[in-house]
Amino acid sequence: MEFLRPARWDEALAAKAAHPTAVPLAGGTDVMVELNFDRRRPDHLLDLGRIPELHTWETGPETVRLGACVPYARIIERLPGELPGLALAARTVGSPQIRNRGSVGGNLGAASPAGDAHPALLAAGAEVEVASVRGSRLIPVEEFYTGVKRNALADDELIRAIHIRKATGPQAFSKVGTRNAMVIAVCAFAIALHPRTRTVRTGIGSAAPTPVRARAAEDFLNAALAEGGHWDGGRAVTPSIAGRFAELCAAACDPIDDVRGSTAYRRHAVSVMARRTLGWTWEAFREGGAITGGGAQCA
Amino acid sequence: MRVTFTVNGRRHQADEVWEGESLLYVLRERLGLPGSKNACEQGECGSCTVRLDGVPVCACLVAAGQAEGREVVTVEGLAEYARARSDGAAAGARSERAAGDGTPAQPPVQPPPLAPVQQAFIDAGAIQCGFCTPGLLVAADELLEREPDPSDADIREALSGNLCRCTGYEKILDAVRLAAARGAETRP
Repeated sequence: MEFLRPARWDEALAAKAAHPTAVPLAGGTDVMVELNFDRRRPDHLLDLGRIPELHTWETGPETVRLGACVPYARIIERLPGELPGLALAARTVGSPQIRNRGSVGGNLGAASPAGDAHPALLAAGAEVEVASVRGSRLIPVEEFYTGVKRNALADDELIRAIHIRKATGPQAFSKVGTRNAMVIAVCAFAIALHPRTRTVRTGIGSAAPTPVRARAAEDFLNAALAEGGHWDGGRAVTPSIAGRFAELCAAACDPIDDVRGSTAYRRHAVSVMARRTLGWTWEAFREGGAITGGGAQCA
Repeated sequence: MRVTFTVNGRRHQADEVWEGESLLYVLRERLGLPGSKNACEQGECGSCTVRLDGVPVCACLVAAGQAEGREVVTVEGLAEYARARSDGAAAGARSERAAGDGTPAQPPVQPPPLAPVQQAFIDAGAIQCGFCTPGLLVAADELLEREPDPSDADIREALSGNLCRCTGYEKILDAVRLAAARGAETRP
């Protein structure tokens, strides 16, 4: 095995081009587990820890360009206003030790359907900036997940940053697990209200082969809110609308039975989280568009 | 490969390190520092918690090569680390006082040979088998550095990544509260 330690981004891209099977290493919270348990023996480890720009972010007028290796702890501390859904999701990742190392870039690289960042990225709206010696491209996050632990990266590409739309309305994230810390999601749900476009977006985690949006549920809700004049009048969402939205979110799932939960439980839990998070965010919107993200809220 | 980094203020060099090896393995097996414990090897238990450039991390999830040139503090260096911190704070307080009201500087009080949080763990009975203790000490010390007067929620949050199968945690919470209370008494 060889340990590659580029100091600059262009060196990292050159190394990945020269060694396409090299495994990128950021916080190590996934890759090191595989090494420790003899599950993986790559020829090359590509340490990204020394490249400064991967650990910083830039806030633009519409989006935050979040460096791939910014640890969850920084997102919680520094970006709860711009990225409230992601900050809430970040709070549920592992433990303080894990949040000090793990990053959204790592979550995307691993592409586990249970990754906590994914639902929040889907709901907020995000694009993944990937690069190689050939150039760079932006991949909508919906198209980034291609299968269980598979993503759209080519062999010579690395994740540079994630462009995440800044919140313009309330967002929420909810996760089911056996305790509050150190839990891999049984399933997770994120919702983001986008008052400027009068749309609601969703993200479901750990209830399908990949993280997914509940598109039919979004379409139904967007139409119902428009038809009822809800965005203008600040009217409450009726139980029948919330109930139908929850059903459609559950229908968007394609879960499996495993040690963490059954198919039926996951579908049910997603519907409950969908109804509750819609309630929380819509109430926050009615009360003046307060954006959540400071405190964790349990489903 | 060769890895050179600072552990507890001393420069260390390890040779013939396997590229996939963890920082924890290097500390325990190559540098003779077995204080950080090896249990789950997957970041679940927190027994291997160390400070990496000041940040609490699971040493089992840091590749040895990622520690190159960095500063690590383990439980073996915690007392010295805490002493240096309180000396620094005392020096700061003394110079503030000198600038403020002209009170002559006091000689620093000799600190105990253990870090305050270590003494508090002993006094509160927070140690049973002791396996989780090094990781908890490093995590608790970092909490008190950051938040000298933590709420119970702060303590639970800061220690949520450290598992203990003996104590039921109550005595550990007591120990952190005790260390915080003693810290408040000694602060100027």
